[in-house]
Amino acid sequence: MSGDSSPGQVAGADEVLANLMEAVPSVEAGRSVGDRVIRVPARDLARVAGAARALGFEMCSDLTVVDYLGKRRVRFEVVVNLLSLQHNRRLRVLVPVPEGDPEVPSLVPVYPGANFLEREAYDMFGIRFAGHPDLTRILMPDDWAGHPLRRDFDVGAVPVQVKDAPQVR
Amino acid sequence: MMAEPTSTTDIWVSGTEAPEVSEWMVSGTDEGAQEMERHETTERSVEQRGSRVVDDWVVDDTVDDEERMIVNMGPQHPSTHGVLRLNIELEGEIVRRVKPIIGYLHTGMEKTAETLTFLQGGTNVTRMDYLAPLHNELCYSLAVEKLLGVEIPPRAQAIRVLMTELNRVSSHLVATATNGMDIGALSMMMYGFRERELVLAFFEKTTGLRMNHNYIRPGGVAADLPDGWEEDVAEILERIPRALRDYEDLLKENPIWLGRTRGVGIITADECLAYGVTGPTLRAAGVPWDLRKAQPYSGIEAYEFDVVTGSRGDVYDRYRVRIGEIHQSLRIIEQAAGAMPRGDYKTGDRKVSPPPRQRIDESMEALIHHFKIYTEGFKVPAGETYLAIEGPRGELGCYLVSDGSGAPLRMHTRAPSFSNLQALPIMMADSLVADTVACIASLDPVMGDVDR
Repeated sequence: MSGDSSPGQVAGADEVLANLMEAVPSVEAGRSVGDRVIRVPARDLARVAGAARALGFEMCSDLTVVDYLGKRRVRFEVVVNLLSLQHNRRLRVLVPVPEGDPEVPSLVPVYPGANFLEREAYDMFGIRFAGHPDLTRILMPDDWAGHPLRRDFDVGAVPVQVKDAPQVR
Repeated sequence: MMAEPTSTTDIWVSGTEAPEVSEWMVSGTDEGAQEMERHETTERSVEQRGSRVVDDWVVDDTVDDEERMIVNMGPQHPSTHGVLRLNIELEGEIVRRVKPIIGYLHTGMEKTAETLTFLQGGTNVTRMDYLAPLHNELCYSLAVEKLLGVEIPPRAQAIRVLMTELNRVSSHLVATATNGMDIGALSMMMYGFRERELVLAFFEKTTGLRMNHNYIRPGGVAADLPDGWEEDVAEILERIPRALRDYEDLLKENPIWLGRTRGVGIITADECLAYGVTGPTLRAAGVPWDLRKAQPYSGIEAYEFDVVTGSRGDVYDRYRVRIGEIHQSLRIIEQAAGAMPRGDYKTGDRKVSPPPRQRIDESMEALIHHFKIYTEGFKVPAGETYLAIEGPRGELGCYLVSDGSGAPLRMHTRAPSFSNLQALPIMMADSLVADTVACIASLDPVMGDVDR
């Protein structure tokens, strides 16, 4: 379909990827429904981001997490969407994160715009971003227990923020 | 002349009664200055293409703390466009630090999306950015269609372009109107909303609703354009440019407007890129980046239009970019309306799009398809994809993960207002407190989009 906006495959696109894989050898390149994706271990995420930044990916347009509870061996996957305006292409970085130690390096030193996105990921999934300057809840109240977007967090009635309110009759 | 009150019991003077503050009123909220506590005192800065980007938590320790005052603005302040709350640290009249505090409109839409089928998902996403519901629907539908790999008929694509560009016009009209109101140009507010009514009336005629349409769905659009739509679009194309000329007379060279907007809330292109700021704010800083041109979708590459950019990246340039984009959207609408292809308005793939009503009486297969789609929904092949379109506020993205069932495993929306809000501390740093509302208004944040 023509609505398919797979990133513009301009000349030299593979060269960018090759340079990235050369800079960080642990990068695995792949494709997902026409998009280019790379998978890196959590310990190398900051290095990959730094290398990608140097290769012309100016913007971290999105950062989110997927909870593959019961679907995969490694429960979480951090998904970083980088955007290069000069090459007009996107790069999706997938980082598997185990449930036992959900910690990845923060991208804020490389991409300051990841600040809110990482806070949201922490709030919703409980992924810790090492080196983040202000890793606090952003959407949920500060005293909220649990991480709502995890698959084992039930949808249902939960007490609202104002607690112990007197019954109005 | 008013009679003097005879005794103080006739009038109520605030503060005369002892305040009743129960325990529950203060517990469980996070009001207070602790939000502004310093999390780290070491200075962090980032090199971005040569220019130094300093983050908002960096504190200037040369100033004595006694001169500083922390002011809470919002979440009920009318100029914060919803429920945005800002903790502003002032030094006299000068804003030193700003911290946006959000989440007051968080309704867990990404969680809700996991409980809805792919067909129902449109009703969910359309409520995110309530000024640009059709863009949300388009982005979500394109992502679903990308995973499905279905072909969309040309008429459906043209209708999508027509409707989303009309939506961009109505959204930018609101942005300009509220921008005017916040700075004090109240007539701009009334004019902007007046012209928006034209577009919303057409939306109501086409989709049945003024907002939250659920009109663009995976597979096409929900209904064909109504009878007489050409006249309605022609009226919009005739009246809005005339109204825009009025706005120009009102604001373009108005000395008060210029004084309030020129050189106010400046953000550079490098800062925009570093903070993930997109849309009119990025273009006003001089970067001609528009996803409609760079990574076209829904056949929009077939239409002629220009990318409007500014140069200074201030409030005035953002206002100019929005006015220019209304003109460009009207160009696209004119082309789309003039060359509307004939044919189906949704895909003929019966696994995705329900059959027409009369086919159900005739065909057993059509009945089965109808039943399957409306009970368990259509199955989407397993996979993950990210798709972005140019919304009125910037890059509107949808990250969709399917495990092969009828509902998404994960649906994440890259909300442009959410990322753009990070620009606010940069814009407002070291500016006058009176320029705060001008900066917020020029960023045009929609809190439904920020909090989701």
